[in-house]
This record gives sequence, structure tokens and C-alpha cells, in this order.
Amino acid sequence: MAGINTNQNRDNPFKQNWFVTAIWLLVLCYVAYSFNAMGLSWERFNEGLGHASNLLGRMIPPNFSRWSLLMSGLVESLEIAIISSICGIFISLFLGLFAARNLMPNWVSTPIRTLIALCRTFHPVIIAILFVKSVGFGALAGILTLVVASVGFIAKLFAEAIEEISLKQVEAIRATGAGFTSIILFSVMPQVFSRFIGFSTYQLDSNLRNSTMVGIVGAGGLGGTLFSAFQRFDYDFVAAILIIIIALIMFGEFLSNIVRRIFR
Amino acid sequence: MNTIDHHWQRFTLKQKLSRYAVYLVLVIAFVQSIQSVEVIPEFLLDAPEQMADMFSRMWPIDFAYYPDTVHDAMVETLNIATLGTLITLIFAVPLALMNASNIVQSTWCHWISRFFLVSSRSVNSLVWALLFVSIFGPGVIAGVLAIAFRSIGFVGKLLGEAIEEVNMGSIEALKATGASWMSILLKGYWPQVLPAFFSIVLFRWDINVRESAVLGLVGAGGIGVVLDDSMNLFQWDRVAMSLLAIFVIVILAEIVVVNIRKRLI
Repeated sequence: MAGINTNQNRDNPFKQNWFVTAIWLLVLCYVAYSFNAMGLSWERFNEGLGHASNLLGRMIPPNFSRWSLLMSGLVESLEIAIISSICGIFISLFLGLFAARNLMPNWVSTPIRTLIALCRTFHPVIIAILFVKSVGFGALAGILTLVVASVGFIAKLFAEAIEEISLKQVEAIRATGAGFTSIILFSVMPQVFSRFIGFSTYQLDSNLRNSTMVGIVGAGGLGGTLFSAFQRFDYDFVAAILIIIIALIMFGEFLSNIVRRIFR
Repeated sequence: MNTIDHHWQRFTLKQKLSRYAVYLVLVIAFVQSIQSVEVIPEFLLDAPEQMADMFSRMWPIDFAYYPDTVHDAMVETLNIATLGTLITLIFAVPLALMNASNIVQSTWCHWISRFFLVSSRSVNSLVWALLFVSIFGPGVIAGVLAIAFRSIGFVGKLLGEAIEEVNMGSIEALKATGASWMSILLKGYWPQVLPAFFSIVLFRWDINVRESAVLGLVGAGGIGVVLDDSMNLFQWDRVAMSLLAIFVIVILAEIVVVNIRKRLI
């Protein structure tokens, strides 16, 4: 009788992949090396844990007694975020159009693309430092920084969205003899507008986050208050500021969700 | 006989009104902010001149400064970014597993993990660095932990979403063979999540290289310390050297990530 032969030598379906194992080993070696090279040791970590409990003890309860200072910083952060988002989005609307390769000749799109990439390369804090040194302390430096950051992000995504549109509608509008502005307004924009709104609300959100941070290098907003509270070891006030920042960010997320729902 | 209304509208009245309301609120907020924000107009008019002055001081770049200080600081920055990304995984993987609804069913677990992920993302890496500098003192350890804690939210959220998209067929097949919990994770979920996992980690590493370059401004090690020192001493040619080094390393990181991604996926 022909029974089922179960003693066949089958290949193991989960074979050891030596290449991947080697990569994991390399990562392990790297971790050991870098822990040594940077002088990270368990004693130092343990010591730090003591400091951490001390710090937490001083942070709790949060101290809201200087709420007027807190509110003025908060309002300044909000203003920086709003102005820089609106200016940045407006500028990137044009830059995005000019950077799209399917609408513009190469000699227009290439320099604009380079400009956008340059805006994106540096971290906002570094740009903030440069602006603080050139236009002085205060909200103006923060606004300019976040405008640059917004351009680097939205203009790139917007240009990519434009490059993905269907050109048939563009041709249809062009066939009616429409001018350039009409072509943009009636064939390009309707196809990308909802995505543009999506990028913009995301950028408003992230500008709100960053506006609380540029103050650390002196560019206005709540970050400056936070940094000076850290330097004066007012940890209970620091806790209050952190709570306000998290609340602000959650509020921003809530707002951008509403806007996104309206424009969907 | 009922007549059909042929008048076509793209949006209903309510949609239109709510859109106009958004525009109106934006304009009001913008005008209000412009009026109350403390911008000194002379500074704004002066800005191009001041910037030209700053860039003229940056030129020529002090290349002799590179081997002295910048090189070591640059290696330190890369180490902070890489080690920070690796330490993130220790926290982010369990949180991602807890956050995926096809692995853990309990709503309580979801809320706990979501709380950690959101709070990790809401606090900026510079603020994390400030906190860790006051705990561990200035130095690399604060930078590594700041990068790690900032990345947990990002990696955990995206990884959780990748796990939720896994094809459950092979998981059920494994369960039917009576495989243990651990081997279901390793042989069922892991091979499917693997490409997403590597692309998320690489993406975050790329971001972390940029972020770790500024952590030194609050004393958390890396190239930022060099940048801050030379800026406080008004040595603008050295500032330019540090900025150039950051620029090159960021571009290199991007090229590396793009190439590895092409191989893996």
C-alpha cells in the first residue's frame, strides 16, 4: 500500500539568512564600540536616575503662578505660527508651480528646485540662529525661519503633486484658447487643491510645534520663556510651560482635523 | 408630474459657508497677528543689508579648522544619531506591538501606548535635550537619549500601522499549526513587516542626523557645541566651516538612505 511518506527531507522554510545575521552582528559591534567611545557607562546612567527623580520631584506640582508671562509667550508663539504659515504657504504656492517640471521649462524649474532643496537642508534651529544674528532677537527672526521651513516642505510636496496630474484636462483647457493664468486656475488647481490644503494644514501644525522651539535660540515665542526657566532651575515653571505646549499642540491637531474635514 | 432641478452645484450651501468661514478666520487671525506681534519695521528693512554683512564675514571659510575640532564633533554627531535611533527601537517596538489592534485587543493597552507615543512626539528634541542635560549633565548621553525619546513616537506610530496592515492569512496558518506566541511574531509578522521596518528606521535616522546637529546648542554634544562656541566668539569663518560640514553630512546621509532603500525594497 502506498502510504504517505513523511520522512522526506524537506527544506527548512525558515532558512537562516547569513547576510542579515552578519548585518545584525555589525550593528551589535557598533553599539559596543560607540558606548565605549562616548564614555556611556552604567554608573553614569544610574547616577542620572537619581537626578531624574530629584528633577521630577521639583517639577511636580507645576507652578502656574506666573501665568501672565506664560500667556504672552503663548500668544507670541501663536502669532509667529499663523503669520509664517500664511506667508510660507502663499510663497510656496508660486514656487511649487514654477518648480513643476511638466508645466515649466527646465531653465525655470531647476533653479527653483535647488532653492527649495536648500531651504530644506538645514534644521530650522540653525536657520533661526542665522536670522537672529542678522535681524536681531524677537518674533521677526522666528517668522522668517518658519517661512523658510514651510517653503522647503510645502513647495516640494506641492510641485510633486502637480507633476502627478493628468495632462488631458490641461490640454482640453488649452484647446479652448485659454491664457496661462486660466490654464493654471481651471485645469491644474482643481486637481491638486485638496492635496495642497492637506499639506498646508500639516504645515500649520508643524509650524505651531516649531514656534515653541525657535525661542530657545532667541527667535521669540514660548521657547525663550522655557529656556530661561531651565537656566534659572525653576523646574515647576518648566513643567507648567511643557503642559501648555502639549495642550497647544493638541489644540492645533484638533483645529487642523476640522479644516481637513471641511475641505475634503 | 414632478420636475427635476437641473441646477448643479459643486458644493452644498453648508460646505460653501464653512469654507468661507475658514478663509475668514484665517484672514482675521493673520491681520490680528500682524498688528500685535512685536516686529520692529526698521529691523525688517535692514535685514538684507545685515545678512549680506554676515555672509561677507563668513567668507573665506576657515578650512584649517576642520581637522582640529570639527571632525571629531562630526563623528560624535553621527554616533548620537545612530545610537539614538537604535535605542529608540527598544521602546518603540513593544509600544508598536501594543498599539496594533490585530496583536493586542485590549483598549486599555491601546490608550497607554498611544499616550506614550503622543507625548514623545509633542515634546521637541531640543526640549528633550534640555531635560536630559539637567539630569545627566552636558554631554553625549543627553543627546543620545533626547534623540531616542523624540523618535519613539514617530517609529512606534508608523511601525504600529505597518503591523496592522499585515496579511492575516499566514498568521492564521501558523496559529493552526499550534505555533507558540513568539514564533508567530517571528515567523508570521516579522517577515511581512521587515521592509516597512527598515524603511521607517532609515527615514528616522536621516531625520536624526539633522536633529543631532543642533542638540549641541543646549549642551548635548556633537557639532552644535562647536557651532555655538565659534558663534559666541564671533568667529564667522569657523561658523561657516561648521555649517558646511553639517550640509555635507546631511546630503551624504540622504544619499546613503536612498541607496539602501533601493536595495532593500
